[in-house]
This record gives sequence, structure tokens and C-alpha cells, in this order.
Amino acid sequence: MPLDPGYFDYPHRSYGMDHDFYDWSMLADRKPVEWPGNARVALWINVALQYFPLNQEGQPFPPVAGMTTSYPDLRHYTLREYGNRVGIFRLLKAFDRYGVIPTFAVNTRLAERYPYLMNKICVRGDEVICHGWDMDTPHYGGIDAGEEAKLVKKSLRGLREITGQPVEGWIGPSKSQSMETPQLLVKNGVKYMCDWINDDMPYPFRTDAGPIIAMPLSTELEDRFIMHHNLHSETEYAEQMIDAFDFLYKEAAEQGGRMLALSVHPWMLGQPHRIGKFEQVLEHITGHDGVWSAGAGEIAAAWAKQQD
Amino acid sequence: MKEDPGLFDYWPYDNRPKIEWPGGARVAFWVAPNIEFYELDPAVNPHRKAWPRPVPDINGYGTRDYGNRVGHMRMMRVLDKYGVRGSISLSTALCAHHPEIIELCKERDWEFFSHGIYNTRYTYGMDEAQERSMIVDAMNTIKEHTGQQCSGYLAPALTHTETTMSLFAEAGGIYTCDLFHDDQPTPVKVRGGQKFISVPYSLEMNDTIAYAVNRIEPRRYGEMIRANFDRLYEEGRESGVVMCVPLHAYQVSHPHRLKAFEEALEYITGHPDVWVTTGREIAQHFIDNYYDAAVADIDAKAA
Repeated sequence: MPLDPGYFDYPHRSYGMDHDFYDWSMLADRKPVEWPGNARVALWINVALQYFPLNQEGQPFPPVAGMTTSYPDLRHYTLREYGNRVGIFRLLKAFDRYGVIPTFAVNTRLAERYPYLMNKICVRGDEVICHGWDMDTPHYGGIDAGEEAKLVKKSLRGLREITGQPVEGWIGPSKSQSMETPQLLVKNGVKYMCDWINDDMPYPFRTDAGPIIAMPLSTELEDRFIMHHNLHSETEYAEQMIDAFDFLYKEAAEQGGRMLALSVHPWMLGQPHRIGKFEQVLEHITGHDGVWSAGAGEIAAAWAKQQD
Repeated sequence: MKEDPGLFDYWPYDNRPKIEWPGGARVAFWVAPNIEFYELDPAVNPHRKAWPRPVPDINGYGTRDYGNRVGHMRMMRVLDKYGVRGSISLSTALCAHHPEIIELCKERDWEFFSHGIYNTRYTYGMDEAQERSMIVDAMNTIKEHTGQQCSGYLAPALTHTETTMSLFAEAGGIYTCDLFHDDQPTPVKVRGGQKFISVPYSLEMNDTIAYAVNRIEPRRYGEMIRANFDRLYEEGRESGVVMCVPLHAYQVSHPHRLKAFEEALEYITGHPDVWVTTGREIAQHFIDNYYDAAVADIDAKAA
């Protein structure tokens, strides 16, 4: 049996992308971006505050870093909760010591469960963005449209009520999306989303409900990806962060402002044997002139102001 | 299904006819950037899923798109700096999608070879006519957009049939990158009897295998490339060998990775007896000078 003749149809084989979400564009060809204070590198440290339910269903795919053993997986449940109880406070101290401004991506279910932690963050005044409902509630191709609309609304409304912030940024659990997610975000007042990892800078993204900014939050530079997925050591993590910063710092001198998007997880970096390596990374970065540490929304806004 | 692909006979790396590269080089060194287009919602092949998650799998798609938007220009600057002309393993649909990239490569006289039409269209399940038509479409697209006669093939997503090599040779190809059994060019048997060869394209040195499959650290990748080169450079005193570094701009060009590759490239190109070349030039040199002797030696050693 040969393949169906339709396998040889290429309906999108023409200029640009094979979808309408954004235009094809090479970073090196774009107008250089100027950050406030002529900074070379905008530093976006994105802290994921995640709730992994013990009764994980894992449909249609399991959450990244979720439960793996038979129920009840106390091992992974508590390893993740460690971050929310202990690790986060080590990270907060590190941020304050080096004067960097974090952004918190929060599962709304976590915000409901841990008012003490949310109050702590809100008093600090750092930006909170929505990380979806919980880690076991992905957005995906095939999700019921009405169900997803309710899910987006519920997640954003709940987090806005708890934080009192406008909550204008979004990261889906496990960076998951359906084809409809971007327009649902626009309809619910979200100005930027961080799920698409196809660039090192913000770029314009379109939906049927209007534009949204794509703020790529690198997976390759993520603490979880490097140490939990690739199984590199914490020393090697620090080397890679430093190499990444040095590279972008140099590229920015030639091509305009760059963004270093570091995704960190308190359950990963907040362990006693890892936090020191992260502090070394912060020390290296903040030891340079021309680093602008800011919330993701501020970075997105600074970029947006320079677009035509 | 067969026990053996029937593409080559056992040919020990021992007392082979001596290969001499141009200028007396010990190592023919080539870099093969894969310039690929992955579709967000490709037609479904019953033998292989394109993406682990339901469409849209924006993680996999975005990872690849990064290479074209961000990575390509970074990688190209590094290759320019060390005088390396890429031999592009091309998803030929990219000629339509991103002609700017094709132009940049043309300006540099890089080689284009076929990596199929899209890296999300797999050869599995194709009958002979379908596979021939896909192979010819890709070769014609290269000719039309670059003026080059396509000489080499790396099957899309490394998906093959039993007749892939023969079909490509019949369409005018002279070398394949799909076989990883040697450090020197070797004859490949095709049904039409064309002089068709394998040019070593190392999976071990391939950045995607290193980073995404073996999940190694960037600095170690640089060390592996240098160690691979050191040993081949030593052995190349006796007879010419080939070293290839296959790249993907969506892997090697990340800010935490490019420096390690650049340092390795600086190291290799800093050696005197290296022929920095392309896949086609290696293939042609071997076919013109050593193919017949190689076949005779293989036959003699099998006897």
C-alpha cells in the first residue's frame, strides 16, 4: 500500500510561514532595539511557581516534571512542593542580594492554596503572570473550545483577584497551547505570552482577536531543562548561563539590545547544593554594566514602544 | 525485510589503497548545516508521528523555527570567520519559505544538497514511484533556486526505503550522507551500477545527536570535536580521511553553545594539512581518483 496521494500535497509551500500567527523574519535583519539606559542586555528572570496535583491525569500528555510513579507519587509531589515551601525563599534572598527583579509565573491553583507566599510576592511588588490553572491542566490541540475559554478566564480572573495585579502575561503549563489559545488570551486581556521559543527577542504575533506579543522564554537555558532533562551538573549549568550571557552581551554591542530570558524553578535551583551556583551566575551578570533587570511586562512594553 | 541492506561489502580499515587529498591534506574537513523546515500541521504518515504532542506542538515547532529566525545568521558568521563553505542539507521547501537564507548561502558559494522537501515528510511507506517523485522534486527545486545540480542526499528525517540509494543515483546523485559505517568515502552498490558513494557525515559529531539525543554539555561538544579531529589528523598521515561536523542552527547557535563550536572550528582550521571543502568536492575527488581502486580492493579482500 503506497501512501495516500494527499501526502504529496504541500499547501503551504510558499513564502513565509506555514501558518498566519506571525511573519517570517530573521533577528539579524531587524531594527536594533534600545533598552532603557542604553542597556545591552535585558535580564528577565522568570520564576515558575507550580502546583503538580498528586492525582495527575496526564491527558493528553503528562506535565513536564510531573508525577511519574504509581499513585500516590509522594516522591515527586514533595520534590516539587519543596520549591514552594523552601526553595523559593532561597531564591528571593538571592534576587535581593544581587538586586535583580524577578517575574513570577504562577499556577492559579497554587495562588489559591498558598496565600502566605502570594502575599509575600505581592508586597515585594514583583510582576505576576499566569501560568495556567495547574500543571496537570494543559492547553492542547483538540481541547473543547468552550472548556478552554472557561479555563483561560478562570485562571486569569482568579490570579487577578488574589494578586490585585492586572496579570497581562501568560505561560501555559508545560508551554502548551491549542490553535485557539492565543486569541483566548487576547480576549481576556493578556498582552504577552511566553510559550513560543522560536526567537531570542520579543516579536509581534497575531490572532483573530487582535495582536499579542510573543516573549520567548528559552527552554534551552532553563534550569530544569539543563539539570533535570539533560542531567548536567549545577557547575555546568552555571557555565552555560555565563556563556549565554557573555554571548548576548557581545552580540548586543553589534546588533542592538538583547534579552536574556532565564526560566528558573524553585524546586530545582532552590536546593541547597544548587543555589550557590545560581548566585554565581547572578554575580557574573550583575557585575557588568549595561544590564537591565526588569519584569517581563516592562521588557515587553519597552520593546513594543519601538515597533512601528 | 533483509538481513543486510545490500549497499556495501565488508571493507576493513586496514591496508586500503592510499587516498591523497588535494594539497597533500590529511583530513578532508566539511561542515554540513542542516537548513530545515518543519511543518506545524504536516500530512500524517501512518509509520511515524511528526510531533509528540497534538498539533500545534509549539515546543518542537518553535525549537526548529529558532534556527531559521535566530541561529542561521549566527552560524554563518562563524563559518565565514574561519573560511568554511557550508554544504547544506536542505529541506528544499525552504527555498519557497525563506529565500533570504538561500540567497545568503548562494552568495557564499555554499553547496546545496537534498534533505527532502520537508523534514516532517517521511519516506516510510512510499512506493517507488512516490519516492522517486519526491526525490526528483527536491533536486529540481535546488536546480531552480540555486542553479546547482544536486549531488548529495540525506534522506528527510533519516527515513529510507530499501531503494532510496538506487533512486537517488538514478536521478543523478553521486553521494549519500545516510551511512555511518566509515571514516573514508566508500562505494555504495546501487541497482543501476552508477559510481555512487558514501561520504562520511558523522552522527557522532552531529550537534542534534550530541545535544538533543546524548544531551551533552556545550563545552564537552567542543572537546569531542577536537578529539575526533586529533585522531583523524594523526591517521591521515597514512591515508586521507574525512571529518564532517553536521550542524543545525537551532542547536549549535544558542547563546550558551556557539562559542564552544567556534573554538573547535578555530582549532581545526588552524592546522596546516586540512582540506576545508564540501561534500560534493570530496565525492567527486574520490570518484575520479579512487573509486575503481576501492572496488578492486573490496573485491580482493572478499575473495
